[in-house]
Amino acid sequence: MLVSLEWLKDYTDVNVSAKEFCDSMIMSGSNLETCEELGTGISGVKVGRIDKIEKHPDADKLVVCQINLGKEGTVQIVTGATNVYEGAYVPVATDNSHIPGPLHGQPKVEGGVTITKGKLRGVESEGMLCGPQELGYEDKIAPMVSKDGIWLFPGNWDDHLGEEVTEALGLHDYKIDFEITPNRPDCLSMLGMAREAAATFNTKLRYPELDCEKTDENAADYISVEVKSDLCKRYTARVIKDVKIEQSPWWLQKRLMAAGMRPINNMVDITNFVMLEYGQPLHAFDIRSIAGNKIIVDTANAGDKFTTLDGNERELFEDTLMINDAEKPIAVAGVMGGLDSEIVEDTNTVVIESATFLGSSVRMTSKKLGLRTEASGRYEKGIDPNLCEAAADRVCKLVEMLGCGKVLNGSVDVYKKPETAPTVLARVSRINKVLGTDISREQMVEYFHRLEMKVEGEGDDMYVTPPTVRQDLLEEVDYVEEVARLYGYNNLPNTLPEVATTGEFSKSWILRDMTRDILCGMGANEIQTFSFSNNKILDAVGVDADSWERNFVEIINPMGEDTAAMRTILMPSMLEVLGRNYSRGVEKVRAYEIGITFMKNLMIESALPFESRNLAIGTYGKDEDFFTLKGMIVTLLEKLAITDLKFVAESEYRTYHPGRCARIITKDQFGEEVELGIMGEIHPDVCENFGLGVRAYGAELFFDLIVEISNKEIQYKQLPKHPASSRDIAMIVKEDVLVGDMEDVIRGAANDLLKDVKLFDVYRGEQVAEGCKSVAFSLTYRHDDRTLTDEEVDKAHSAIVEALKEKIGAMIRES
Amino acid sequence: MQERLNSVLEEAKAQLLKATSMADTEEIRVKVLGKKGQLTEILRSMGKLAPEEKKALGMAANKVKAEFEELLKEKVTEIKAAAKEAKFKAEKIDVTEPAKEVTYGVKHPVTQVIDEVVGIFRSMGYSVYEGPDIDTVYNTFDALNSPETHPARDLTDTFYVSKDVCLRPHTSSCEVRAEKELSLPYKVLMPGACYRCDTPDATHSHTFHQIEMMVIGEDITMADLKGSLDHMAKKLFGPETRTKFRPHHFPFTEPSAEMDVSCFKCGGKGCPVCKGSGWIEILGCGMTHPHVHRAGGIDTEKYTGFAVGMGVERIAMLKYGIDDIRLLTENDMRFINQFK
Repeated sequence: MLVSLEWLKDYTDVNVSAKEFCDSMIMSGSNLETCEELGTGISGVKVGRIDKIEKHPDADKLVVCQINLGKEGTVQIVTGATNVYEGAYVPVATDNSHIPGPLHGQPKVEGGVTITKGKLRGVESEGMLCGPQELGYEDKIAPMVSKDGIWLFPGNWDDHLGEEVTEALGLHDYKIDFEITPNRPDCLSMLGMAREAAATFNTKLRYPELDCEKTDENAADYISVEVKSDLCKRYTARVIKDVKIEQSPWWLQKRLMAAGMRPINNMVDITNFVMLEYGQPLHAFDIRSIAGNKIIVDTANAGDKFTTLDGNERELFEDTLMINDAEKPIAVAGVMGGLDSEIVEDTNTVVIESATFLGSSVRMTSKKLGLRTEASGRYEKGIDPNLCEAAADRVCKLVEMLGCGKVLNGSVDVYKKPETAPTVLARVSRINKVLGTDISREQMVEYFHRLEMKVEGEGDDMYVTPPTVRQDLLEEVDYVEEVARLYGYNNLPNTLPEVATTGEFSKSWILRDMTRDILCGMGANEIQTFSFSNNKILDAVGVDADSWERNFVEIINPMGEDTAAMRTILMPSMLEVLGRNYSRGVEKVRAYEIGITFMKNLMIESALPFESRNLAIGTYGKDEDFFTLKGMIVTLLEKLAITDLKFVAESEYRTYHPGRCARIITKDQFGEEVELGIMGEIHPDVCENFGLGVRAYGAELFFDLIVEISNKEIQYKQLPKHPASSRDIAMIVKEDVLVGDMEDVIRGAANDLLKDVKLFDVYRGEQVAEGCKSVAFSLTYRHDDRTLTDEEVDKAHSAIVEALKEKIGAMIRES
Repeated sequence: MQERLNSVLEEAKAQLLKATSMADTEEIRVKVLGKKGQLTEILRSMGKLAPEEKKALGMAANKVKAEFEELLKEKVTEIKAAAKEAKFKAEKIDVTEPAKEVTYGVKHPVTQVIDEVVGIFRSMGYSVYEGPDIDTVYNTFDALNSPETHPARDLTDTFYVSKDVCLRPHTSSCEVRAEKELSLPYKVLMPGACYRCDTPDATHSHTFHQIEMMVIGEDITMADLKGSLDHMAKKLFGPETRTKFRPHHFPFTEPSAEMDVSCFKCGGKGCPVCKGSGWIEILGCGMTHPHVHRAGGIDTEKYTGFAVGMGVERIAMLKYGIDDIRLLTENDMRFINQFK
């Protein structure tokens, strides 16, 4: 909402600077966007009257003007503008004057432009005639007659010839842009903002004059109105005869321009002015186009055609509310008039429509027709039907003031169910309880009065009735805010809640915290990637076409194909990050992400998707390999109290190298084997897809499962009191015998004297047959209560040796 | 005999003086005190002497032995010290050479901001509660008093999975869940990812994070809201930070406010960071609207509460001076490594 500070002063007194005004308005609830000073950067530009225009002797497109500057004498100025005429009042940039610019057809220059006298094609020009843009006014608000030409001042300026234009025209003003929140459509008007200002500064609000003098004819003799649809809450019509279309006076043009609107002609300007003043959209029909002098408000028939003011033929829907005459539609209610009923040069009699259409209906119509206008925007936000009459009256009063028509007596007003504002009980005690204050009843009542609200009741009870323009005040808490904002949020004390609570953190939160600490301790950086995915990226990571990872939760309105579905795994984004870093020359990366993955609920379609957290780890660079990553995972899981791990070779999952991939298995709280995730060296094809020119390693674990089975109960065990006995065992086995299986055999054959098994050597080459490997373990035996004898150890150890021979055909090497 | 003792001692003294290594001192020790050492020989030869002489000589010999041992010990200490000195000299390193790489990873800046905010309120008895990223339109809009026509509901603003399910555009979607699940009174923080149909640029991302804060109790006031957030601002941005609460409008709070903090770059004098105003908008907040409490089945007469929604990326960008939000999702290690 653009507010001209000068205009606002018509309705209430503002006795502070623009800065203070803005600051106070912000604190009472009007959010400031910008505050711009107008009429600055202009000096030496004077009001002049063109007394004579002659052709330039040597240039077809130039004319030579003799300009009367009153006491300052006459100057000669050459111009190329085509809208000048003898007798026109214009801004004259005299020799050495300064204007903000930009000059016509040139780019804007910071700090403005200085104008000096000179010769144009050999003819002396003692300055320049200015257009609105050259004086700092945007082209879109330049008065119609001055668009692309010299600014032609409306009316007679003979008393001001030679005066600085800034003084004579009162150009100095502030254009303040307030952000109006959707609950306050009443503030989309000068009166609404003036009401806020008056409440903020505790000043009086002055309403515009409305009463016209009596004439000899009545509106009702010229027009009748019938409202057939409830989508129209009120329809008020007034009639003006003998309309004279001309330029509006300067004071009116100035206000429109400050509010960002282009002055066009008096009738258009008046309706725009009143719309800005009251917030009530208005429409003017030429009565010649209203067949039968009858206005009928009704919904359209689906498929009806109608040509709007912009020249487009539009197809209507059955719920489109239309303004019709006795024969045909003449306007889309609240959106746009028809081409045929527009006011034109020879219009004599005008019907002014001031109506209230239901916001939701206008919104739907505007959406379906793809047509948004200033009026439709205002209706959508909600208009108080009680404004109709005042706004129509105000139009008539301005017509009378400007002397541009004869206002007929009375109006035709169809208003079936007059709008009232709800009276709400607001309790003094409750308001203070919510705010944490001790504001008196008297003070609160005073605030309400400032806002033009009525207050009844006694003691704690205040029955408050707002003006009907305030459609946002529906319950007690709304009045809490009214008191708070006028009391000033900054005057409320700062306290802390006294209620005692204990901080509770979920197991998942705590373990996520720990996981981050542990992985960071291992030198891994945390990354965060987007939650989106798509089939293409799953192809790139080698996920099978029919795999569960493609059970996407899909988005109805995605921004692009890449972000059309929710991710089911984290690895694709991890690989993107690895690839991005590699391409940017980062030599070594160790990264992890704890992120949410999403899975469609296939059982119950209407249910929310399943969400679960995964942990992804990705590495590449010096010293990174399969076993380093495995070490990170084992240590992390150990810290998260998951120790019973098995790594089972996996050769089918195509994200990973078929010979260097393992599924990570553990036992859950019920002793059942569960898969915690997968890890491995990234498949070379996948590396290529992500631009990774080095070996990379990755793992993805089901973090929520880890949380579920992690049982971190630490129980102290006594330190061993008796010495341990250690035996090494070296054997030759076939290459395909897995170390994990050998360990299983050892543990399976051992009694409880065996305390530890450690692999210490794997050797291939000399002295070991082709296709075989030598594997050596160190075994530790100990009895908890006494020192073991050699015989006991020998017995236990030989049982293990026998089992290895028997079960995996190990050839034991004598040491 | 006494003379012989003296000459043994003198000779040993002279040799010790020349000794430069542990081997030298050991040789001297053996020569004097060894099985065939000079002093041992003398003592051994005493057997033939008369008891009187034996006693006198014994005392003299012990005295010499003690004196020798003392000298030997001194010499050994001296040689050890010299050896140590030499070792240190030889092993001297250039301490200004670069350190060996021992890396410690870095948490993502978004995590760091969330952790910091959670840390501030943790000590004040706040819990963490988390809702799903994908939630019902009811929890996201209807329960939060958002009118049917609110622009945030549009397909151009919020991502939908179905008519009734959307990617939450704010963590406020957790509010009614918390109301239904937690027992009163409570103070919670609800951090998480949010999604909006925003075309990515330097300040917009379709994915970002918020921390929702919600307190409900019997005597929770707007003054409590102000005090809590003022406390947070001072912890996050420094003790000199001032806060300003401006009236605003959100469907789910009444009264509603936006909080500005005094610019931590210029201290409030006005600079490019605060666009000359001296203040930076940080978050939206307010007293939870009774409509929201009703949706959660809470007695609106008995209980009041406040709610806050703050953008994590916005705070991270302001706090760390990050000029492009996309840096936070590119995950360039050279970027992340700066947040150690």
